[in-house]
Amino acid sequence: MTALSALIRRDIRIALRVGGGALIGVLFFLTVVVLMPFAVGPDLALLSRLGPAILWLGALLASLLTLDRLFMADHEDGSLDLITMSQTPLELACAAKALAHWLAAGLPLIVATPVLGLLLNLDMVATSAVALTLLAGTPALTFTGMIGAALAVTLHRGGLLMAVLVLPLSIPVLIFGVAASQAVIVGPMTFGAPFSILCALSLVSLVVGPFAAAASLRHGLD
Amino acid sequence: MSDLKRGEMQLSGRGVTCVRGGREVFAGLDFAAVAGEAVAVVGRNGSGKTSLLRLIAGLLVPAGGRIALEGGDTELTLPEQCHYLGHRDALKPALSVAENLTFWADFLGGERLDAAKSLAAVGLDHATHLPAGFLSAGQRRRLSLARLLTVRRPVWLLDEPTNALDVAGQDMFGGLMREHLARGGLIIAATHAPLGIESRELRIGGAA
Repeated sequence: MTALSALIRRDIRIALRVGGGALIGVLFFLTVVVLMPFAVGPDLALLSRLGPAILWLGALLASLLTLDRLFMADHEDGSLDLITMSQTPLELACAAKALAHWLAAGLPLIVATPVLGLLLNLDMVATSAVALTLLAGTPALTFTGMIGAALAVTLHRGGLLMAVLVLPLSIPVLIFGVAASQAVIVGPMTFGAPFSILCALSLVSLVVGPFAAAASLRHGLD
Repeated sequence: MSDLKRGEMQLSGRGVTCVRGGREVFAGLDFAAVAGEAVAVVGRNGSGKTSLLRLIAGLLVPAGGRIALEGGDTELTLPEQCHYLGHRDALKPALSVAENLTFWADFLGGERLDAAKSLAAVGLDHATHLPAGFLSAGQRRRLSLARLLTVRRPVWLLDEPTNALDVAGQDMFGGLMREHLARGGLIIAATHAPLGIESRELRIGGAA
C-alpha cells in the first residue's frame, strides 16, 4: 500500500507543480464553455437546453487532452522500467496512476462545473445534476483513456492516435452522461436509468482499464 | 534479508538469445556471476550490452535460453532483486532531489537506508531541496546512484554507470561498488571505460 500511495502522491504533486498538466485541462474546459454562449448567441432557452451537452463535451475533450501524458512521461524518463520491475503488480500501479490523474485533472473539472453552469443559464438543480453525472462518469473517461495512453506508449505515437483509439470507448459515457442530465432538466425520462448505466460504465472501466493498460505496457516492453 | 553470504548467490544465463526488431543481436550467450563479483560487459556499439542488462531486468523477453538467480530471496523474482541504472535516470524535474529519492524508496520498498545518508554518500546533501530539473548531468547520475544505496537490492545492473561523473565522482562510485560487493552483492555493468574496480570481462559480439 505504501508503494501505491507513494505513486499517487508523486503523480498529484507533479501535476500540481508548475508545468504539470492539472491546470491545462481546467483551462481548456473553461475556454470551451466560455466561448460557447458567444457562438450560440443570446438565446437563453437554447443555451440551457444545450448546457449539459456542452459541459460534457468540454469535460470529455479536456480529459482527452491531458491523458496522453499519463504514461508517456514515465516512459521517456525511464520510470516506467522501474515500475515494471518492482514488486507492485503493474495493474495496481496503472490503477494508482489513473486515480492520481483523476484526482488532479478530473476532480477540478467537476468543481468548475457550477461556475460554468451560470454561463449556460443552468439553474441550481440542473448544474448539480451535471456535476453529479460528471462525478460518476469522468472516472470512466480516465480509466478507458488510460488504455489508449498505454497503447500510445507501446506504439510510439503521440496524442492524436490516443484520441482516435479512446473516442469509441468514451461515446457511451457521453451519451448516458448527457441523457441523465437532460432527464433532470427537460424530462421525460427518469434520472435513475441513464445514471445507473453511467455508474455501471465507470465500474466496468475501473476493472477493465488497469488490466488492459498493464497488458499493453507489458506487451510493448522494449 | 540482511547481508548476504559471499558465494551463496549466483546469477547465470544459459544460451541466451536476444532478437530485437527482427534482428538477432546475440545468440547462445552463456554467462555467470557469483556474489561478490563484478562483471564488465564489453563489446562494440550495438553488440547488445544494454539489451543483455534489460533481459536480466525482465524488461525484454529472451528469444531463447534462460536467466536465473540461484540463492537469492525465493519470495522475489529476479527483476525484483535487481537495480537497473540505465541511460534514462527516472528522475522528475519538478520534484526536489529528496522527493525523487524518497518516492523511489517508498515505491520500491524493502530494506532501506536513510535517504539523507545516501545523499551524503553520493555528495548531494547540499542540494536536497533543489528541484531535480536544475541538476547537472553528473549530479543527476549521482542522484540515481543514491537510489541504489537507499533501497538495498543484491543485483546491480549498470549501463555506462560512470558516464558524466567527474574524477572524484568515479572514485566515490568505485568505493560504493566495492562496498556493495563486500556485502555480498553482485554487479553486471555494461561499459566502455574502465569500471574502476576489479572485474571480470564478458565480451559479446566479437572483438571491439
